[in-house]
Amino acid sequence: MQTKRVTFGGYGVPALLVAPQLAVTLVFFIWPASQALYQSVLQQDPFGLKTEFVGLANFRRVLADPAYLDSFAITAVFSLVVAAIALGVALLLAAMADWVIRGATAYTTLLIWPYAVAPAIAGVLWWFLFHPTIGIFAYVLSRFGIAWNHLLDARQAFLLIVIAAAWKQVSYNFVFFLAGLQSIPRSLIEAAAIDGAGPVRRFRTIILPLIGPTTFFLLVVNIVYAFFDTFGIVHATTGGGPGTATTILVYKVFRDGFEALDLGGSAVQSVVLMAVVVALTLVQFRFIERRVHY
Amino acid sequence: MWIRRFAAGVAAVLAAVITTPAGAVTEIQWWHAMGGALGQKLEKIANDFNASQADYKVVPVYKGSYPEAMTAAIAAFRARQNPTLLQVFEVGTATMMAARGAVYPVYELMKNENEPFDPKAFLPAVTGYYTDTNGNMLSFPFNSSTPILYYNKDAFRKAGLDPNAPPRTWADVESAVKKLQAGGTTCGLTNEWPSWVLVENFSAFHNIPIGTKSNGFGGLDTELKINNPLVEKEIAMLADWQKTKLYDYGGRTDKAQPKFFSGECGISLGSSAARANILANGKFDLGYGMLPYFADVKGAPQNSIIGGATLWVLKGRPAAEYKGVAKFFTFLSRPETQAWWHQNTGYLPITLAAYELSRSQGFYDKNPGTDTAIKQITLNPPTENSKGLRFGSFVQIRDVIEEELEQAFAGKKTAKEALDAAVKRGNDLLRAFEKANM
Amino acid sequence: MVENRPILTVTAHATLILGAALMAAPVWLAFVASTYPGADFVAGRLPLWPGSQFFANYSAVLSEGLSNAGAPPIAGMLINSAIVATLIAVGKIAVSLLSAFAIVYFRFPFRAAAFWIIFLTLMLPVEVRILPTFEVVSQLGLLNTYAGLSIPLIASATATFLFRQFFMTIPDELTEAARIDGSTPLRFLRDILIPLSRTNIAALFVILFIYGWNQYLWPLLVTNDQSYYTIVMGIQRMARAADATPLWHLVMATTMLALLPPVIVVLAMQRLFVKGLVETEK
Repeated sequence: MQTKRVTFGGYGVPALLVAPQLAVTLVFFIWPASQALYQSVLQQDPFGLKTEFVGLANFRRVLADPAYLDSFAITAVFSLVVAAIALGVALLLAAMADWVIRGATAYTTLLIWPYAVAPAIAGVLWWFLFHPTIGIFAYVLSRFGIAWNHLLDARQAFLLIVIAAAWKQVSYNFVFFLAGLQSIPRSLIEAAAIDGAGPVRRFRTIILPLIGPTTFFLLVVNIVYAFFDTFGIVHATTGGGPGTATTILVYKVFRDGFEALDLGGSAVQSVVLMAVVVALTLVQFRFIERRVHY
Repeated sequence: MWIRRFAAGVAAVLAAVITTPAGAVTEIQWWHAMGGALGQKLEKIANDFNASQADYKVVPVYKGSYPEAMTAAIAAFRARQNPTLLQVFEVGTATMMAARGAVYPVYELMKNENEPFDPKAFLPAVTGYYTDTNGNMLSFPFNSSTPILYYNKDAFRKAGLDPNAPPRTWADVESAVKKLQAGGTTCGLTNEWPSWVLVENFSAFHNIPIGTKSNGFGGLDTELKINNPLVEKEIAMLADWQKTKLYDYGGRTDKAQPKFFSGECGISLGSSAARANILANGKFDLGYGMLPYFADVKGAPQNSIIGGATLWVLKGRPAAEYKGVAKFFTFLSRPETQAWWHQNTGYLPITLAAYELSRSQGFYDKNPGTDTAIKQITLNPPTENSKGLRFGSFVQIRDVIEEELEQAFAGKKTAKEALDAAVKRGNDLLRAFEKANM
Repeated sequence: MVENRPILTVTAHATLILGAALMAAPVWLAFVASTYPGADFVAGRLPLWPGSQFFANYSAVLSEGLSNAGAPPIAGMLINSAIVATLIAVGKIAVSLLSAFAIVYFRFPFRAAAFWIIFLTLMLPVEVRILPTFEVVSQLGLLNTYAGLSIPLIASATATFLFRQFFMTIPDELTEAARIDGSTPLRFLRDILIPLSRTNIAALFVILFIYGWNQYLWPLLVTNDQSYYTIVMGIQRMARAADATPLWHLVMATTMLALLPPVIVVLAMQRLFVKGLVETEK
């Protein structure tokens, strides 16, 4: 871990400074999280009246459940697709905004606000719009001969949560891409233009490599977002169906633990999720540390 | 002038001191899951009770959907912060029943508090679902409903069908949906609550078991039986109809309702409690009938089973609150309270007296169709197949069944494969529950 | 623009306008839905242009408090959301600023341990640890309090991490100069670090305010008292009424009202937000 070359002395002051955060973290995070970990080796009824230590039985049960393994695959595909769409659309819009220069701020205003919409509300909005009977989008699609029924069609249901999730994330990506594009020295691009490189070629050969790090950072952020912050969207739109086609991991943890009261099974899933978080965090952390160096 | 005002102030303070009883009012927390207009009606019942006496105040608190309310109460129980009264949906019954240390059975409560209580006053199809094997009532039935058949009379007329003859058997349904579609209706049939309607009630209505051990009433070592030829026949038929939209799957819970009241589908199998909502949203002449059955099955139609919720009393509160809860239950049992709730919400009357009262008030004559549900649950004395069901982890099992039904309707699995898978996955959950509650 | 390419410029504007329109479409349609009488579009099709019921629906939502849709008065829920979101944003910024300062500018025993304990909390969503957290909060007697609604959500490392990143980029010369002047650490924090972090603080405020405003499950669990309900929770309550179709026009009107404050915060602080966001997370 990096440190400053120049630091202040003393132990008391820093101890006092970290105390509030440590206290809050220990009481409201580490302790409950360790309770969740402990729960994963217990067999307990919901009310906590009977508790039995069962070792790794819960792990064996969950990891042998084909529905859980499916959920892993669904989540992986979902995260990648959401990230790809949210990044692609944002990059396209940012490149356009960078090109027009005039009005870029106004376009930012127009594109940035969906960031503020709660996932739970975004879910309600999209559910309303794609409702097979009353939704206007479903109606428009049916005019084009596409029967929209995400209640039964797994691919359409998947598409629905992808659209809703990507919609919310485009704003965030746009801000970063635009900033990245605008920080590229004009002289560099002008030099290329003088050499006869057209806008498309310049974009491919100069701009894309230069915003590579931003893209990678955003990729990680988007995957994390799709993994963990899309619970509200799934909850409000598809409820995980049809079948288990849109049951992503976080939603499954919630449903098994919170609705079905399968505390042990849900705790096992939390443990697996924690492992995923740690892995993703390490990737991001290494990457960011590296960026700070250059 | 100021003297008079001062005197008035003193009088007001004195009055407040005098009229407030020394022990103050005992508050009773009642957590429930009734949002929207139903929540308002529930609050009216609580307010009426509070106005009827001065010692207790029932405070209704909305805690989200049924599973959310139940989980919130269980979390609160673990932290010793639970409410006294909790509304739990019917599929949570086994979970509550298994938690003997946490719940205060209603029959015990009423006995201990010396409140008059006669289980025989309730409709047997309602109480059967919530009593133990000795016939003792463990929770207090509050809102009950059962699925019935709704049909669009205007669409029936347009298709040349008799608008006053609801389809009775599945063969009737088949010819009706075909004519409906030929008459211009996009889809013939849809349904709400897939597992409840197509599996649980279908089985009860045909007097076949949903699971062993009297549908789980007889013990935790029960197994699902829904992969039988009769359920398979029904699901295979619907999956076949799905291809041409003679049947159109409309989603879990009551999500299919707009499909029916928008006129898209001509027939819907839905909760009797949905009536008011369909009338409010549908712009057509609404007809009612009983659930369809296969005419060649001996013993069909038997009777349908209920859904909805009951009130459970949780332990760990001060004694005075239990006295108040017992009084509140007595208030809830009054025919006037029950009849008002039944007539204003669309839920079933849960006592025979409330049914009689509603009838003598002319409610069923003025509101045709409202008694279809009652006739259907009282069609025959309940058998062990049609008394109800009691499976642990049934919230999850219902999800499993509906997931598998969706696979069958989407054509990804045959009806048999889907039902076999549902039974296998469901039995795994039952074994886990058995182990946790041994 | 490096060279003049009218066709490309027109295409760019067209793409951006189309993009902005697509982004706005769901909210626009929700707004349209909120201006019609209820039953109009439930059974039929949603029009594209607002209807005549704007004032009727919004005043119903605001004044009658949606009692007929099963929710307490909207104004109270909006105020609660604002209080909780502000507490979370301010609390988390304050706590994180201090701890990041300690971790970057001091060497003390267990510094690495403290850092990792805080760091571990990064990104694990509330949903996963919600039941044990609830037990802690209720044992501390924090149910139905603003503290219970906000403090558990302050326990996350994102802000600490971002401040740490930012502090690492501040030249050591500044610290040296401050030490030569005999400035205490706290004065250095107050006079130099905080002013330098202004844009980051603004960006974090926006992010955290939105995060706090958008919470759903946690408020649902820790409040039994209507006077502490928050708006997002209220909307879910209306949209998922049991055995009844939601009153969509009123749900959408409330959705609009719930959307407005965080959107205003983002737009009002757009410049600082964009700058701070990009600087901190780069």
